[in-house]
Amino acid sequence: MASATVDSATRTLISQVQLNRRHGKAIYWTVLTVVLVVFSLVFIGPLYFMVTGGLKSTQEAIQSPPTLYPHHLHPSTYSTAWGELNLAQLLENTLLYAFGALAFQLVFDVAAAYALSKLRPIFGNAILGMMLATLMIPATVLVVPQYLTVLNLPIVHLNLLNSPWAIWLPSVTSAFNIFLLKRFFDSIPQDLLDAAAIDGAGPVRTLCSIVLPMSRPILAVVSIFAMVNVWKDFLWPLLAEPDPTKQTLNAGIYSLSQGVSENVLIAASAISAVPTIIFFLIFQRNILSGLTAGSLKG
Amino acid sequence: MSRSGGSALLRETRRNLTAHAFLIGAVLCFALFSWYPMIREFITSFQKVRGGQTTWVGWHNLNQIVHDPSFGVAWRNTGEFTLLALVFGYAMPFFVAVVLNELRHAKGYLRVVVYLPVMLPPVASLVMFQYFYNPQYGLFNDILHSLHLPTSTWLQNPSLAMLCVVIASTWMNMGSAVLIYLAALQGIPGELYEAAELDGAGLLRRIWHVTIPQTRLILSLMLLLQIVSTMQVFVEPFVLTGGQGVNNSTTTIVYLIYQYAFNFQNYGAASALGLVLLLVLAVFSALYVRVSRAAEQ
Repeated sequence: MASATVDSATRTLISQVQLNRRHGKAIYWTVLTVVLVVFSLVFIGPLYFMVTGGLKSTQEAIQSPPTLYPHHLHPSTYSTAWGELNLAQLLENTLLYAFGALAFQLVFDVAAAYALSKLRPIFGNAILGMMLATLMIPATVLVVPQYLTVLNLPIVHLNLLNSPWAIWLPSVTSAFNIFLLKRFFDSIPQDLLDAAAIDGAGPVRTLCSIVLPMSRPILAVVSIFAMVNVWKDFLWPLLAEPDPTKQTLNAGIYSLSQGVSENVLIAASAISAVPTIIFFLIFQRNILSGLTAGSLKG
Repeated sequence: MSRSGGSALLRETRRNLTAHAFLIGAVLCFALFSWYPMIREFITSFQKVRGGQTTWVGWHNLNQIVHDPSFGVAWRNTGEFTLLALVFGYAMPFFVAVVLNELRHAKGYLRVVVYLPVMLPPVASLVMFQYFYNPQYGLFNDILHSLHLPTSTWLQNPSLAMLCVVIASTWMNMGSAVLIYLAALQGIPGELYEAAELDGAGLLRRIWHVTIPQTRLILSLMLLLQIVSTMQVFVEPFVLTGGQGVNNSTTTIVYLIYQYAFNFQNYGAASALGLVLLLVLAVFSALYVRVSRAAEQ
């Protein structure tokens, strides 16, 4: 982000000429400084308190006025949180659910989008329409009947409560992902697929060796949001995995928060936030571009 | 002729079978976890479910939820949340995006920082806000105190509780709206501003006559999207105030659904209330579809 010069900058609300005036420059730098300070305070500040709060002793954490930094370092709070809230187990569960959901979505949603886009079966449009119709149904409205379904699966009468399937299988029903994938596959020229077919490649070969390698950007977006959704979901894992040893970090910290002292709870929150922050810093480019590519293009 | 016709039919059937084989996984999941629950929501709302036994009770559930005093309170609270969330979560991100779009420095940093809370597990953020709102040792009271302003009980104050929930929610969610607006702002042709400036339009008039009309579509889509999502608010009041708050000050519709279903095991009433929420939100969803269709043309 080098400072833009007059010719390379696209014109925005305020012209470069105006900014280059002495008066304009003064206002610009003031605004920039204010924005930088305010944004850092507002959006990083709470994270700072989260990390340092976990280093405080119980007394210091509930001291009034609050201390700006831990006066006595208690890194043991983190280990207490790790042990008391069984965070290793919760972290393991979350990873299991997230990677499982990712795998199921990649296999089933990609296959479905490929079939709908390239194989064009009979009733394909009706099926796509019924999938997209679910986008109109507010997610929370379906929580109760979904819970009843998981409790007693129709026909086979299985109870999926407390099993990872209760998270993995519903994650496949992301109509938006299927829609995104289908739109991307639509843009892959049919000629390429026809050429592969002449060479004797079946649909699976074509999918694996032509479609998927060309679809890396959209696969990245779909994968990232699949993982993030599991990490951020609250109500569904709370209901579908009532056993405390089966919960996700997000739901588990809530369930176990009663009777835990404030500093331990904050340390646990900080631990649960760390993986998402690292993940975000690594994939921020994909996430930020995926957000604007994926949203509101429907 | 008949032989090639027969093999074409065979090929066609084979192609269809392969395609449906590719679809089967997703279709089964949708059938089990989306389509069937949709039908079931409707059916259950006319039933009483007790220990695996279901009996038909007609309009009884609807009658029950409408006459529950919490029904009106929950709608009022949900409406209050939605309105406040529009003021904070709708207007503010647009303003922030307009300012960020003018900055030539640290853009990458600011975008990352504003989006960071969106990535955090919501419970982690809410635990922090609960800590900040604490009347005895919270940061917010400390700031007010050091400015010699009267302190507050925040979440425990029924008339402030919902505002507190909205503030936390805005902090957690505004990043995505900011980035969507930023993308929209970058699509505005610079010549429009140029022309407006030559016509003597000042800063505010340029915003009013160029920025807003040029982003009107995204603005109206985001408005509808936000109404639909904020009316389903659950996790923020649930974690911050346990759901109800003092004097039911933060009971929302979805919390009420949760309570019927999982505290009272009254799945019928929960489904009926879900259906009512669905009907209300259907209006906004339908509008959203109409506006986005118009946008495509």
